[in-house]
Amino acid sequence: MSDPVALRSRAEALAAPLPPLLAGARHLAASVILGAHGRRRAGQGDEFWQYRPLVAGDESRAIDWRRSGRSDAHFVRQKEWQAAQSVSLWVDASAAMGFASDARLPPKRDRAVELALALAILLVRAGERVGLSGRTLPPRGGEVQLLRLAQALETARDRGEYGAPEARAMPSRSRAVFLSDFLGDIGPARDALTSAADRGVSGVLIQVLDPQEEAFPFDGRTIFESMGGGIRHETLKARDLRGRYLDRLAARKAELADLARATGWQYSTHHTDHPASTALLWAHAALERVV
Amino acid sequence: MLVLGPLGFTAPWLLAGLVALPVLWILLRAVPPAPIRRRFPGVALLLGLADDEQQSDRTPWWLLVLRSVAVALLILGFAGPVLNPDTREPGSGPLLVLMDGTWADARDWPRRLDRARQALDEAERDGRPAAVVLLTARPEGDLPFRAAQSWSAQLAGLTPSPWAPRDAAAWAGGLSGRFDTIWLSDGLDYDWRAPVLAALEDRGAVRVFESPRPIYGLRPAAFEDGAIALSATRAKGAGAAGLRIAAHGLDPNGVERELATTDLTFEDGATEAETALSLPPELRNRITRFEIAGSRSAAAVSLTDDALKRREVALIAGRDDREGLQLLSPTHYLERALAPVADLLGGSLDDVLLANPDAIVLADVATLPGAQADALADWVRDGGLLVRFAGPRLAASDSTRGDADPLMPVDLRAGGRSVGGAMSWGEPKRLSAFPEASPFAGLPVPDDVTVNAQVLAQPGPALSERTIASLADGTPLVTRARLGDGQVVLFHVTANAEWSSLPLSGLFVSMLERLAVSTRPARPEAGELDGTTWVADSRLTAFGRVEDAGTLPGVPGARLAGEAPGPDMPPGLYAGEDRRIALNVIGPDTRLARTGWPARIAVEGLATTRETPLGGPLLSLAVLLLALDVLAALWLAGRLTGPRAAAAVLALALAWPGADPALAQQTAPGAVATDESFAVEATAEVTLAHVVTGDADVDRVARAGLLGLGRTLARRTSVEPAEPIGVDLETDELAFFPLLYWPVTVDQPMPSDAAYARLNAYLRTGGMILFDTRDADLSASGGTTPAGRKLQDLARPLDIPPLEPIPGDHVLTRTFYLLQEFPGRFPTGPIWVEAAPPDAVQVEGMPFRDLNDNVTPVVIGGNDWASAWAVDETGRALLPVGRGYAGERQREIAYRFGVNLVMHVLTGNYKSDQVHVPALLDRLGN
Repeated sequence: MSDPVALRSRAEALAAPLPPLLAGARHLAASVILGAHGRRRAGQGDEFWQYRPLVAGDESRAIDWRRSGRSDAHFVRQKEWQAAQSVSLWVDASAAMGFASDARLPPKRDRAVELALALAILLVRAGERVGLSGRTLPPRGGEVQLLRLAQALETARDRGEYGAPEARAMPSRSRAVFLSDFLGDIGPARDALTSAADRGVSGVLIQVLDPQEEAFPFDGRTIFESMGGGIRHETLKARDLRGRYLDRLAARKAELADLARATGWQYSTHHTDHPASTALLWAHAALERVV
Repeated sequence: MLVLGPLGFTAPWLLAGLVALPVLWILLRAVPPAPIRRRFPGVALLLGLADDEQQSDRTPWWLLVLRSVAVALLILGFAGPVLNPDTREPGSGPLLVLMDGTWADARDWPRRLDRARQALDEAERDGRPAAVVLLTARPEGDLPFRAAQSWSAQLAGLTPSPWAPRDAAAWAGGLSGRFDTIWLSDGLDYDWRAPVLAALEDRGAVRVFESPRPIYGLRPAAFEDGAIALSATRAKGAGAAGLRIAAHGLDPNGVERELATTDLTFEDGATEAETALSLPPELRNRITRFEIAGSRSAAAVSLTDDALKRREVALIAGRDDREGLQLLSPTHYLERALAPVADLLGGSLDDVLLANPDAIVLADVATLPGAQADALADWVRDGGLLVRFAGPRLAASDSTRGDADPLMPVDLRAGGRSVGGAMSWGEPKRLSAFPEASPFAGLPVPDDVTVNAQVLAQPGPALSERTIASLADGTPLVTRARLGDGQVVLFHVTANAEWSSLPLSGLFVSMLERLAVSTRPARPEAGELDGTTWVADSRLTAFGRVEDAGTLPGVPGARLAGEAPGPDMPPGLYAGEDRRIALNVIGPDTRLARTGWPARIAVEGLATTRETPLGGPLLSLAVLLLALDVLAALWLAGRLTGPRAAAAVLALALAWPGADPALAQQTAPGAVATDESFAVEATAEVTLAHVVTGDADVDRVARAGLLGLGRTLARRTSVEPAEPIGVDLETDELAFFPLLYWPVTVDQPMPSDAAYARLNAYLRTGGMILFDTRDADLSASGGTTPAGRKLQDLARPLDIPPLEPIPGDHVLTRTFYLLQEFPGRFPTGPIWVEAAPPDAVQVEGMPFRDLNDNVTPVVIGGNDWASAWAVDETGRALLPVGRGYAGERQREIAYRFGVNLVMHVLTGNYKSDQVHVPALLDRLGN
């Protein structure tokens, strides 16, 4: 630690993935051009919302004289309510997310982190506070928070085969974004969502899947192993399993969609062979919808 | 070695491995294909899913069969299988492979070499030294025993010789040491067979191999009774056999070909067969050799020499001064009789003697100057045939009487006689039958041949011997006397019909033929050739091929006549001073006899059953099956995906034999069909055509241009062309098109020689090519353009007459429209046509010269006519020409030029005839 050279090199090694990741996320975020993140009702803010007639109780300094001068009545100029929201991100860091069926495709985790960071950039640009769910990185705004986020997302590794959403320490009535493949046990996800809903937290579920997980293009005698190697399943005719696997996958998706509907969340599936911008646009719009 | 029928195994113990096959079967059955390990996050969803069917944990039966067969093949392959294994006892000591090496070996020489090679292989396996000796080409000194393998390599270089071995018995007697012998006999008996066999048996065991195939020999052809007598001999009398004899020679073009064939049949039991081949003398003279068709042996070829050649006959008449009537000419009938069968010479006797003809005919020549007579006598003594005819002069002459004239076979009495005339008693005399010794023997004597007058011979002791034809009353009609090698023949009547009707009859021709061919014996005697030297022109190989003799030393004539061919005198054609003698393998008296081996010698056939090791093919097949197994296993395990599948399909396709020829066969009929449809399409109507240059733009414009021209023609004239066709010079027939438009592009390929041949044929038979360099804008200034240079290259091999810039009175200027300029898209370029004949002059009062009768085969210019003519499908002009109204006028003139051109091609010089109109009108009185 005392050796500055070693410190420097370690720091550089640590920071090495950050700029590309952040740059990729910024690049992705740049594809979304957004207006200010208004709340579509009058309140504290900078943007004009509406003129309304003066009613009793309004302060006289609230009168907009320029508007009132054009008519006989007095009008008050209202601004749109612009309140910074807290958004908690959770990206599944489990082993299953490290899967990529093809060298040309990114691992699911990379895509999920990229999406999360891009969303964070957009949100920070819109003045929101962004953090990680759990207690590691509470929501904050500003560019520095983006760097912290990037580092935290990049380095986060879960030892489990499948991840469970972290629903603790989310500010109530805030918003959340969960990115995972949701292929493991659905129980923790259900618990997280219901507890979040109990606290008035609504948000977005993005299921990131590899195309191979959708297609199941296997044949012959195969031993399927989970990414950590902890779970295995052997079959003699993989082709025969395909139909039933796809049925189960569809059931899992339906379950997630039902769960999301029940808790007021938005749910979507993203495949790593599709452009990330589509998912980003959808996620951003979905965050607008969940109020 | 284990032998099972035709199969043997060198390592039979390995076959025990086959017992393990059932075990392998069970093992393979029990072991399912190895699983693939896959990382797959979706495994969580798979948990609890059971396989529906359990079948695939056993290997499928067909894969089992495949693997079992592959393993069985491996075991069999390593066990060293051999087809036709050699089970003989290995010998020891040196081995002599003795071959006769005569012409009789030639017909199955490759089989003999195979047999010898097998013997050498065996010797090599047994580690025996070997020697290969041809009796016709024996090595000097001791037998050259050395490693059998080195002999195997030399074997292919051995060839048989077209002669029989000499002094073989002495050679065999001089051999020493112990060795076994394998004797490949040629199947013919020679006097040295028994001694050689005895000598070889003294040295060790002898095995004799012989082919049972019949041996034929063709005797030299002889000329007998007006036909070629052919005879053949064979060694074995049993069974009937038919042979085809072909006569080969140069045809009138100097190409060697088969001139005639005839069949020759051996009766059962006969060793000789004869046939006669009657050929016109023209053909007979051309024959250079006879051969038994389909036989490869020097004995099956018989070269011919001068015996069959056409004669040269000189005709000399005494009464040259008599003018007039052809039928009274003394030589008329002779000429008519001899012209078809001989080359006739005329001229004075001095000239004729220089030409050394085969025969000289003197018609009523009584006396000859002394020098000429001596020269003539010398010529006769050298083998010439002098035929004399009587006549008034001979009858009146008395110079030949008294002393014996060598040029007169008999002494003549003065005056002769006349019978049956107006002033004499008696009837005209008929001919009596020809005596047996006469060359005319056998010729039928017609009744209507009568003799009115003749010269009479002095009776003498030699007269009857010299008479070869006589009248019914016994007076000689034809007498003959030998003089040296030649002979003198006297007809006691005239050569014309004055004294007898003999020259009018067919007998006359037959008699002349008989005399002419008996000029020279077919085979010279030894004494005749003494002291002469002959040089080989061509030689005959043992295989019956005629080769150039090269530089062989000369051969004394005596040997040529008496001896059989040998190494220093190969069979062939030998040339002497004035004639050529054929020395054939089979002489007129050669007899062929089969070998008679003693009973203790078992004669074996030449058939070789070569050992064929099967290990290699079996192992290859096993490897192939295993490769298939790899593919099948991959497929079963679901790993045959993506590039692997493509590679597998590719490998299978490559391994599949004979896929391509089938494909080629399928396409062939289609090509023919398109060829026919092309012809039908091109000839159904008048079709304009352009040459496909390969430049897509140029071709498109050319086609559109011809389309526009065709529409203009259809609208304005009675020519209604079909859609234009682009022709490929290399493949398409050109004869269908009256006009070929050829836009010249710089980079178009040069047509092939075959295409040029077709183009020249097209031009010669009335086709026209319109060359368009499309660069009149550049070339008008006089420079040479790239397209112009290309045109020169293209046109150089074409058969194009001299050209000139189109003259003002060329028929192109008025075949339909009256034109003086020929613009295309460029207005000014000159055009060139076939030059007018240099003697064409303008007649006074005529508007045009009377020019060539032909259609000019080429029109060359650079005005880019196709662009001016080009229209699209709706008939609108494709490319702009000029500017405004003037441009449209130029396009119109261009169309008119096109109309004129097509009219010129289709009607030829029709409009040229108009030049005669003023003259015709004038003659009609206007």
